[in-house]
Parts: sequence; C-alpha cells; structure tokens
Amino acid sequence: MVTPVTSLGRSGLYDWFVQRASAVILLAYFLFVGWTLVCGVDYEAWDALFSQTWMRVFSLLALVSLCAHAWVGLWAVFTDYLTERMLGAAGNALRLLAEAVSAIIMFTYFVWGIQILWGL
Amino acid sequence: MAALRTISFDGVIVGGGGAGLRASLQMAQSGFKTAVISKVFPTRSHTVSAQGGITCAIASSDPDDDWRWHMYDTVKGADYIGDQDAIEYMCSVGPEAIYELEHMGLPFSRTEEGRIYQRPFGGQSKNYGKGGQAARTCAAADRTGHALLHTLYQGNIKNQTVFLNEWYATDLVKNQDGAVVGVIAICIETGETVYVKSKATVLATGGAGRIYASTTNAHINTGDGIGMALRAGFPVQDIEMWQFHPTGIAGAGTLVTEGCRGEGGYLINKDGERFMERYAPNAKDLAGRDVVARSMVKEILEGRGCGPNGDYVYLKLDHLGEEVLESRLPGICELSRTFAHVDPTKEPVPVVPTCHYMMGGIPTNVHGQALNVDQNGEDAIIPGLYACGEVACVSVHGANRLGGNSLLDLVVFGRASGLFIEKALREGIELRDASETDLEQAMSRLDKVNNSSGGEKAGDLRKELQNTMQNYFGVFRNGPLMQQGIVKLADLRARIENAELSDKSMVFNTARIEVLELQNLLEVAEATAITAEERKESRGAHARDDFDSRDDENWLCHSVYFAPDKRVSKRGVNFEPKTVETFQPTIRSY
Amino acid sequence: MLQVSIYRYNPETDAEPYMQDVQVDTGGKDLMVLDVMELIKAEDATVVYRRSCREGVCGSDGVNMNGINGLACVTPLSKAVRKNKLVLRPLPGLPVIRDLVVDMSLFYAQYEKVQPYLQNHTPAPAIERLQTPEEREKLDGLYECILCACCSTACPSFWWNPERFIGPAGLLQAYRFLADTRDTATEERLARLDDPFSVFRCHGIQNCVNVCPKGLNPTRAIGHIRSMLLSRAT
Repeated sequence: MVTPVTSLGRSGLYDWFVQRASAVILLAYFLFVGWTLVCGVDYEAWDALFSQTWMRVFSLLALVSLCAHAWVGLWAVFTDYLTERMLGAAGNALRLLAEAVSAIIMFTYFVWGIQILWGL
Repeated sequence: MAALRTISFDGVIVGGGGAGLRASLQMAQSGFKTAVISKVFPTRSHTVSAQGGITCAIASSDPDDDWRWHMYDTVKGADYIGDQDAIEYMCSVGPEAIYELEHMGLPFSRTEEGRIYQRPFGGQSKNYGKGGQAARTCAAADRTGHALLHTLYQGNIKNQTVFLNEWYATDLVKNQDGAVVGVIAICIETGETVYVKSKATVLATGGAGRIYASTTNAHINTGDGIGMALRAGFPVQDIEMWQFHPTGIAGAGTLVTEGCRGEGGYLINKDGERFMERYAPNAKDLAGRDVVARSMVKEILEGRGCGPNGDYVYLKLDHLGEEVLESRLPGICELSRTFAHVDPTKEPVPVVPTCHYMMGGIPTNVHGQALNVDQNGEDAIIPGLYACGEVACVSVHGANRLGGNSLLDLVVFGRASGLFIEKALREGIELRDASETDLEQAMSRLDKVNNSSGGEKAGDLRKELQNTMQNYFGVFRNGPLMQQGIVKLADLRARIENAELSDKSMVFNTARIEVLELQNLLEVAEATAITAEERKESRGAHARDDFDSRDDENWLCHSVYFAPDKRVSKRGVNFEPKTVETFQPTIRSY
Repeated sequence: MLQVSIYRYNPETDAEPYMQDVQVDTGGKDLMVLDVMELIKAEDATVVYRRSCREGVCGSDGVNMNGINGLACVTPLSKAVRKNKLVLRPLPGLPVIRDLVVDMSLFYAQYEKVQPYLQNHTPAPAIERLQTPEEREKLDGLYECILCACCSTACPSFWWNPERFIGPAGLLQAYRFLADTRDTATEERLARLDDPFSVFRCHGIQNCVNVCPKGLNPTRAIGHIRSMLLSRAT
C-alpha cells in the first residue's frame, strides 16, 4: 500500500514504535531532570552534572528522541490536515513546506543541542 | 427513441443475493465476463436475513445421516408436489456445495470434533420418518444467511466479478425468436437507462413477500423477476404457494428463526399450554411450517391467543438458559429486545404467522434453464433465460418449504445454473441480436412510467394491495372471499398502471424505482390470487376452508399461470428420481 | 408532533444542501427512525434514503441522527430524539449523492483492499476444514459486520484520509481473516498492512466502538493487528 517517502521509518510499525520508545525516553529524562530541579540545584552542581559523559549521552538521547517524536507526530498532523483533500491543490505544496520548515527547525535545535552539551 | 447505451457480457445475473452470487461466482471462476446487476449493494440482499441455517446431510451431528432421508423429508414437506428429480439433485449434491462454502471461509459454528454444527429443524427425520427427529441444519450461530452472503460476495471479489451495484433491471429483452438476450436496466445513481446485453440472463431476484401487509421480507422483496417474466409472456408455477412462517414477531413482522424451536423452544397459548402437542403429537413444535402456522391461527381464532387482543401466541425460550441463548441465538435475543421489547432469557416472545417465502416461481429444470409450456402441454426451454433461488421453481419446495432448505436451494441451484451456463458458453451460444423494435418493446413500461402524469400515490396503492392480499389470501383461504379479492386486484391494476410519479429527476430517484416495484408486486399478487382460487384443494401452505383436503386425483400437479390471458394450466410433477425409488404420496402427518 | 429536520440535496436542482423542517405525527408511538423516514417519504416522495431489511442486518440505512451515526431501522425515537427534535443527516465524511444517500465507493474500496476472503494454499479436504469451537470463537465479534459504514464515517482519521487509512470496518475484516485458523496468508496480509497509513492512522479515538450498531469493537481488532505486526517484526 502507500509508503510515503517523508515518513520517518517508511513503516507504520517502525514509526509507531519510535513514537512510543521516544516517549518513554523523554518521560524518563524529564522526570530525572525535574526531580533534580525539585531537590534544589545550584550552578556548580548543574554544571558538574552536565560535565559527566553519561549525562551528556542521556541528554543527547533525549534530544534525538524529541526530534524523532516531533517528526512522527507533526508528520501525522500534516498528512491529516495539510492535504489535497482538505486544501485542494495547494495542500501538497503547503505540506511539503511545513515539513521542510519543521525539519530545519529540528535540525537547528539538534545541532545547537550538541554544541551546548559538548561545549563545541 | 433516444439511442440506448449497450454493454455486453457473457453472462448477466439479475440479483445479488445468495443464488445470484453463487451463480456469478461459478461463471467468474471460469473466466467468463460476468456481471451482477443488483438494486442494492449485494450484502444488503435479503439472504442476509436468513438466520437458522442450511439443511444438508453432511453427517456431522449424526455420522449415519443420509441425503436420502433429507430427500424423503423434503418430498413429504412439499406435500408431494416437489419434483423428485430436483429434490434428489439438491439433497445429493448439497454436501459438496456446503463444503465449498466452508472452504471459501464461511464461519460455521463448530462441534467439539471440529466439524460443522448442525441443529434440529422442523420436518426433519432420520430413516425416512421412522427414526425420530434429525439435526441436519448447518448453522453459523443464528446468522447463517449473513455469513453465507458475505462469504459469497467475498468470493466474487476474489474472482473479479463485475458488479453493477444499485442498478435496477426493469424488463427482459426478447429477440424475434423469443429468446432472452439481456435486460433493460437503470443505473440508480445517475438515472441512465442501459441495455445490458448477454448470452445468458439469470434471474435471481428473490421473493416477493412484500405483496403481504405482514411479512418477514425486506422492503426490496418485490418480485421483480416474476414481474419481468410474466410481462415477457413466460409463465410462473405454483405461485399460490406462500409460506407463512410461524414465528414472526407480532406487530413488527421480523423473523425469529425456527432454530429457536430446534434448540428446544416451544409455543404456548394464553393458558400456558404447549398446544402443538395436540396438533402434531410426534414432531410437536417441529412439524412442517404450514402445520404449525395453521395450528397457531386456530388457537388464536378459538380465543386462546395471548395479549390484550388475543392476536398472537408466545414462543417460550427462557427455559433454555441465558448461556445457550446468547451463544446459539444471539441475533434472536437482539431482535426480540429491539422489536418485541422482551428479553427472551426472561420472558416469552409474542409471535404470529407471517408471510415468509414464495414456494412458486419461474419453472426451471435442474440446470436453471427457464421453462415455458407449449400448446401441447410440453416443456419448452426458453433460450437465454435462467432462474435460480427463490424466484425460481425447480421445484424443490412444492407446496411447503422445509426450514433450512431455502439456503440449500439457492446455493445448489445457483451453482448448477453457473455450471450449465459455463458449459454452454464454452460450446458457444449464438442468439440473434435484439432489433430496435425488440428494445422498444422492452422499454415500453419504463417509458410509460417516465411519461406518466396524475395518478394515485404509489405508497397508498401499495398499502391497499398488501392489505388485500393479507385479508383475502392469507393462511386460510376460501373461494368466495378469494373471488372478491380478485375483483379488488383487477381494480387495483388499472390504478397501479397509472400510479403517480411526480418526481422525474434522474439522480438516485427511488420514487421511480418504487413505482416500478409496485407494478411487479401487482403481477405477483394477481398471479397468486388467480391461481389460488383455481387450485380447489388444500395442500401444503395452500389451505382452503371450502376444499379442506388434499385432492391427489385432480391436483397432484403444478399449477402454471400465464399472465397475458390470466390462464391457469397444469404441469406434471416429476416422480422419477434417478438413483432412488420414487416416494409415493401418502397421508402427511407429523 | 415530532420536529424533524432533514438534510436535503438534489444535485439536479439544488445549488447547495439545505435543512428542511418537517412535522411528523408519530401517534405517540416510540417508532423507529426508519418508520419516521417512511412517513416523510409517503408525503414527499422526493426524499431519498437507502433501506432494505428494516431489522438491522443489511446495513443499508446508516444515517446520522442528532449527531450520532446509527441504523435508522433499529434506533427507536426514544433513543435518538432530543427535546422533541430529530436532525437527520447523511453519514459524515463521504460525498453526498442525494439527500441521505452517500457515495460509499471509498468505503468499499478500503474493504476490498484487505483481501476480505479466505486464503488457504493447502489442498482442501473432502469434507470441511476442521476448526475447534475455541478457534471458531475467535471470529465472534468480527464476522458479524454488516458494512453499514457507521464506524468508518464516525472516525476522524477516516475523514482525513479515506483513500489511505483502511478505517475501522475494513480493519475489523482484516483481523477477521488474520484470526481465522483456516487462513494461511497471515504473513502476506501483515506485510500489506505495515505502512504508516493503513493501520497506524488509528489513534484509538474509539468513535467506531461507540456507534457500531452490532456492538462490535474495531479498536480492539486494530490493537490485535498491531500486536501481530509487532511480534512479526521483533
């Protein structure tokens, strides 16, 4: 059946799985970060935490998950509402544009995130 | 006349119910260009409402079961005017046809051994009536017709049958040789009229229970095939034989299956008496449907009916327990709650005999070839025309059909028609093209309806027709009353031929279809009335007060009705099965 | 008198659809909605809808009654009417042909996509293929579908992507054959469902479950398909 080139894994199951796995990772990450903040943290402790490799890897994993999660979710929204069926011929162009803009934003955040984490 | 678009097929089947879909499946499987014309999407055909099952000696519930016992029951049930060669064919080929359906995926209920579940139905016996009640009806819970119809439709999808869904066939097209070469049909969605040309035209249009006011039949059962055949000058056979199902829900008319009684339910009158013990001491509630229906009407007429007006009896099921009811009869529980507002696991269901099935129809041989009767009283095959299912009269049901035999009939003879046409097409069918005049002739009725003005409302006329049939040609009939009914129908004919069609629009004009259907209902009603008055005896479903016994001397025969001169003649019943001894007529008791 | 507001549209005469108000005398009886439609049609033959069995098994008369999809023939007024008013509209999400009649081609196309027929490549036995009552029980709640389209046309995912999302009705049938022990095409069937649209557009909204007139549960069937895809891929 239809396998759009813009979907993340080009498989419904893969996207579905990524969506859920990334959600679990994000939940774990934000619970951890949230708990750290609630317990009270100053700049030194925060800096120390993020200078440890495991925390940088964990954060990077969360960042990758965030991008994947956002892509799968937004892609589903775009392919629901920004379509030829809903908007006429302009639908396809608008969807591609929306996808491109999202991709650029995500990519930017991703690169910026790496810079911050590894202090490049 | 405006140019008529023509589309051509090797075979065209009119009707997308069980018989039509089984015939089309057979033909499509062999690669012939096959089309099904259906006025509704095929799975909405009335086969879908069949509940209890399909009777066939597959020896699941009883390893010793024998198709000859089934044949005996069917011959007896038919009150001896079923053709024994056809019944022999149906009962012996049946198992093969059932296994095919199962292999196609029909979700039959199962026994512990993994075989198809069979339940007892009325009129079934072992060992030629001497071995007690048999359980021979193969079932998919109480939704066998639904399961069957969907399976057949799915088989047709697989084999790429062409479906002209929501197309309505109006009349047969006959060429100068009297052969049928297709039909005129309307695409309901666009309103376009088309000549659908075919080397083989199969009528599988089902019954016409809507001629009665109280019926288990769907709105669409308007006898379109009967109407088309009669207008084309072809006869119908045993059309006076109408089955009244004992258990239609009082008031609503919706059916509750005989399987309820097969599973152990029984009928009671207002005194709580299981009255069938009096009328049929052996088979009791599982006697023939005609016997049970008459007994119920007698109870009601003699003042033992239930309810405030004493106009129904009760079907008691609660003693079977909730588990049995919910697993074996889930659809019945649903229908009872919806239409009778009773919970059958707790209270009895109010039921009344309700028009259910047309035993008569277009006479055919076992290959589905439609028959005419010539001047010498000999059978004459109508070239190009076939019929199967309820619209046909092969005849396997004679004067009274046994429960579960209708699904078998449509599967076996739908298949047989398909097989025969397949062979005929392979050998080559040459029919002369219809001329312009032939097409004009076929179009004349539709043209008249399209150009009508004034007239009475179709809905009012239909109601009047249905009430006339209900009051004058019901479970019990008598001569003087039927003659009055015939006069009323003659009056209705003039009015129905001029029925109002104020909406002349093209797109999905169901008002136009309803007028055309009403004219078919009238054809069936009048054929029924005149033939019923003519048959001066009581046999099977045809019960007369003024001739209250069977008259084998004069009426051990089929009636054949010709519409053009409203004439009834007789046709011999076949008593020559090929592989078994003839079952001689004897007194029919249960 | 019952106030009925009915959706009218005849492409031959109407530039656009409109709602027509009709008063219907129900005689104080708790009629079915279909009975009311018949009463309306008796007065005005131009009102168009589909109907056949009038007992809830043929699936012809799926309509939207006061905002909820259902079968007109088995929906009593007491269940459908609010404040003595009944609003009848065609099933949402499919093109309207005329009045309450919608074009169901897309719906049927999705049904056909799942290859809704038994496939078994082993030679058939001389009798039926055996199946235990327990194996057969797996088909309960699946085979009873009447293709009325109440579910799929209540499903937002089907509204947005009727060409690509199979929809609850089609998926229920997809699982009916996946669950049938007599079917041997499981692998091929699953392979055909593993794209981002066919199955995975289901977001578990469960409108299908709420409206199914036969009490079936397409969402659960879709969950089973997802599990089968998952165990196939892991």
